[in-house]
Amino acid sequence: MSETAQEKVARLARLRRDGGVLRDYHAPHWDEPLIMEMSTAGERGILVPPVEDGVHEAVGDPTGYIPAGARRREAPALPELAQHQVLRHYLRLSQETLGMDLGSDIGEGTCTMKYSPKMHEQLVRHHKAADLHPLQDEDTLQGLLEIVYECGEYLKEISGMDAVTLQPGGGSHAVYTNACVMRAYFAARGELPQRDEMITTIFSHPCDAATPMVAGFKVVTVMPDHNGYPDLEAVKAAVSERTVGCMITNPEDTGIYNPRIDEYVKVIHDAGGLCFTDQANANGILGVARARDAGFDACHFNLHKTFSSPHGCEGPATGAYLVCDELAEYLPVPLVAKVGEKYHLDYDRPESIGKVRGFLGNWMGVIRAYAWIRSLGPDGLREVAEISVLNNNYLDRLLTAIRGVSRPYAEGHRRLDQVRYSLATLKEETGVGTEEVRDRMVDFGVQSYWMSHHPWVVPEPFTPEPCETYSKDDLDEWAAVIKKISDESYAEPAVVKQAPHDSSIARMARLEALEEPKQWAFTWRAYQRKIKEER
Amino acid sequence: MASKPFIHPYIPNSAPASKQAMLAELGLTSVEEIYAEIPARLRFRGRLNIPEPILAECDLERHMMELLNRNVSSQEYLNFCGAGCWQHYVPAVVDEVINRAEFLSAYCGGQYSDMGKYQARFEFNSQLGELLDLDGVANPIYDWGDVAGRSFRMASRITGRKRVLVPRTMSPMRLAEARTLCQPQVMPTHIEIEPVDYDPLTGRMDLEDLARRISDVAAAVYYESPGYLGFIESGATDIAKIAHEHGALVIAGVDPVTLGVLTPPGALDVDIACGDIQPLGMHMHAGGGCSGFIAFRDDDPVFAGECPLELYTLLETEVAGEYAVAEAIAERTSYGLRDQGKDWVGTASGLWTIAAAVYMAVMGPQGFRELGETCIARAHYAAMRLGELPGIEIGLSPAFFKEFVVDFNGTGKTVAAVNKALLGKGVFGGKDLSGEFPELGQSALYCVTECHGQAQIDRLVASIKEVVA
Repeated sequence: MSETAQEKVARLARLRRDGGVLRDYHAPHWDEPLIMEMSTAGERGILVPPVEDGVHEAVGDPTGYIPAGARRREAPALPELAQHQVLRHYLRLSQETLGMDLGSDIGEGTCTMKYSPKMHEQLVRHHKAADLHPLQDEDTLQGLLEIVYECGEYLKEISGMDAVTLQPGGGSHAVYTNACVMRAYFAARGELPQRDEMITTIFSHPCDAATPMVAGFKVVTVMPDHNGYPDLEAVKAAVSERTVGCMITNPEDTGIYNPRIDEYVKVIHDAGGLCFTDQANANGILGVARARDAGFDACHFNLHKTFSSPHGCEGPATGAYLVCDELAEYLPVPLVAKVGEKYHLDYDRPESIGKVRGFLGNWMGVIRAYAWIRSLGPDGLREVAEISVLNNNYLDRLLTAIRGVSRPYAEGHRRLDQVRYSLATLKEETGVGTEEVRDRMVDFGVQSYWMSHHPWVVPEPFTPEPCETYSKDDLDEWAAVIKKISDESYAEPAVVKQAPHDSSIARMARLEALEEPKQWAFTWRAYQRKIKEER
Repeated sequence: MASKPFIHPYIPNSAPASKQAMLAELGLTSVEEIYAEIPARLRFRGRLNIPEPILAECDLERHMMELLNRNVSSQEYLNFCGAGCWQHYVPAVVDEVINRAEFLSAYCGGQYSDMGKYQARFEFNSQLGELLDLDGVANPIYDWGDVAGRSFRMASRITGRKRVLVPRTMSPMRLAEARTLCQPQVMPTHIEIEPVDYDPLTGRMDLEDLARRISDVAAAVYYESPGYLGFIESGATDIAKIAHEHGALVIAGVDPVTLGVLTPPGALDVDIACGDIQPLGMHMHAGGGCSGFIAFRDDDPVFAGECPLELYTLLETEVAGEYAVAEAIAERTSYGLRDQGKDWVGTASGLWTIAAAVYMAVMGPQGFRELGETCIARAHYAAMRLGELPGIEIGLSPAFFKEFVVDFNGTGKTVAAVNKALLGKGVFGGKDLSGEFPELGQSALYCVTECHGQAQIDRLVASIKEVVA
């Protein structure tokens, strides 16, 4: 957009007036080519240790060891660049990434975008953590094993469960582990495949439906009643001698805590099923309510969410999966055990489901989670929960006052850690929908929000989760952004509909490539063949 | 509770004034009034029985380092253990980039806030596609064993068949992960995994046994190259021919770091490739550095359509010459279709893909070729020197990349005893194979890479010589 200096002054004055907390922001725009387009033949980014003369004399030409037919004929068409040019390229790309540390990432509900202490990064980068081989002798891994063992003990206390594995590579992976453990439990009782139905709810994470399918079960999805709670009558109707169990979230993605959750658990238990609760949304109940106390047999935590590991552009992550005694023998191998003062890896577990992830899992997340829990202690964890709930209710106060924003379900009840709002009214009255609001947000220097999992039971949804990381000023700013966009939608909807205006890139085009085999290009080589040659 | 207010540096609103202001705005006196949403019978009324906090970062850092110092790293000892997690050199520039706060802290933000993340992701896919000689590369997840199992499920969906043939030399750990994904036999949707024998001299797949076992109900034939036991699978073309003659797909499990010198799967008539990107710039992190990729032919959209992992396509923007990157055919994933989707996706290993993008860019074609030559030369040098020791033989193939089987049977010592003794000399010995492959007796899988110079290899040989004497 071209703007005169005078217009800019006027616009900034307007921003200040509209709540006083909005900022004038423009994302870095480097106009950076793809790395594949930056190659200069012969440049080198790093040199590899050469074969020593002594080695060469002994073994001769190394390529002579490659069997005929297994020798690469044409070199891969990788870019050739000197080191600084590679560094500069990726630094520019990092600048074109707002991430969480720079922008208020209040909008990504269910993701618990909390601050990850920088000291923890120094720990996991240290060679005493980074340069360990998973198969090296236990005696040389005692520090790591102690951290993992103790962290497991804390998580057991926080959930009320009896046993834990930290092998899963993320939250959904822990949820998958649960489906496999339930399968093993019923296999041992000779109840497979008669028991083949898993019950979940529509406001539970998609993995609560998808992973039992991968484990071989049919999935029954319960819809909410008029209050937004999973319909108890529907659960009762779904339960039978075929029920494996349930895999549900509480509080659900709506932020609503189901006050009768123990009744649901009882219905499943009475039918001989097992109950798992997905604790992606546990941040608001740490030290306040425990999965086992509601009768659940198993639960999980996302260490990269609730327990502060950075999200790393979507991983690597760590899932903690916890069970009651009755399910402990099925956990994947190895488990960390403490014998006397020593820690060791227990592979001698004949009923185990085997492996869900290679080696030990990703224990970078465990090191961070351990340090985070140790930095807070029992009262600190409770404070985390309380402040996240207070922040959410404070933000709710600000957001529900904004024209076009509504909060479906459970009228008169407070939400815990997050809320699923609807912009259906805004859409109806202005034509501006939730995706357009999302794309406008980035013009104000805050991270774009997450709307909802599919299907959109709540129309035109968005789901903020203002966890304990955010200050009152952060919350005021975030609400002011939504208010500003609402005002714009009523006054000047084109501004929102044509957003973003100040992003690293202009609005995306050729969107048919998202669905069309002839148009999509998952790699540069495919793009060159399909798109460039066509033109 | 502590007598003075608990004010924590990670919790700005733990400052009493802010907390009070917010409560006042809500007309509340305590957060307990919000927790009234949770019935009393479901409330935890105790105080969590976990240790009291170490409040000062300075003290916590000391505590953590006291613990971590009980580990011994491969910077302190010489490490010759690989077996699926390999010690390769990580260029400093890789760590510099992935430790940038923007990349480290980003999650699911969209293109207009996080375009750099999407571009880096596409550059990873593109460069891996060049190494593999394949057009379709998906967003990696957990590790090789996981994506092997997912590849089997993908092949099963594409062919409508329920049986996969795998080499008997397949990594038992990867096989265990794949078995979990393919379900036990009692489940009606079980996919059978049947091992194919190997040639005891070379480790390669026994093609006659493959021809005997394959039939028109096989969904896929899977092979690994280099195999778990280190050998280069030179029968890939024949395996592909046999599989395709029976309408089965070919899945190759590959270590991408070998592809500067070894034939890429795309040139071997492979339909799907999978493997681990850990050697492309990840520290080992006790196995946490692993991350599994799936790649495929894209001449038929059925491969993309049945791929369970996220796919990203290059787009343009309204400004001429400007690119964007976005998720393609997202509807088919579990995020789009829940239990009707293709397996599931979740938080994967995004940061590792950025590390690998930087790694591949600094290595370039020459770097990968030289790395391959160095690994092959040094591994064969190590094998040659070890094979000269009394009682020690080098098992299986004469053609390997960085890993090889060291047979200790003639020494009268177990691998466990050898490794314990090596530990005393500051050496992590190879992976003990006696449990996984009893037919190999007391054998170990050794790994030699560019991190091990001639001097380090000579030290290994001298150490083993003393141990087995």
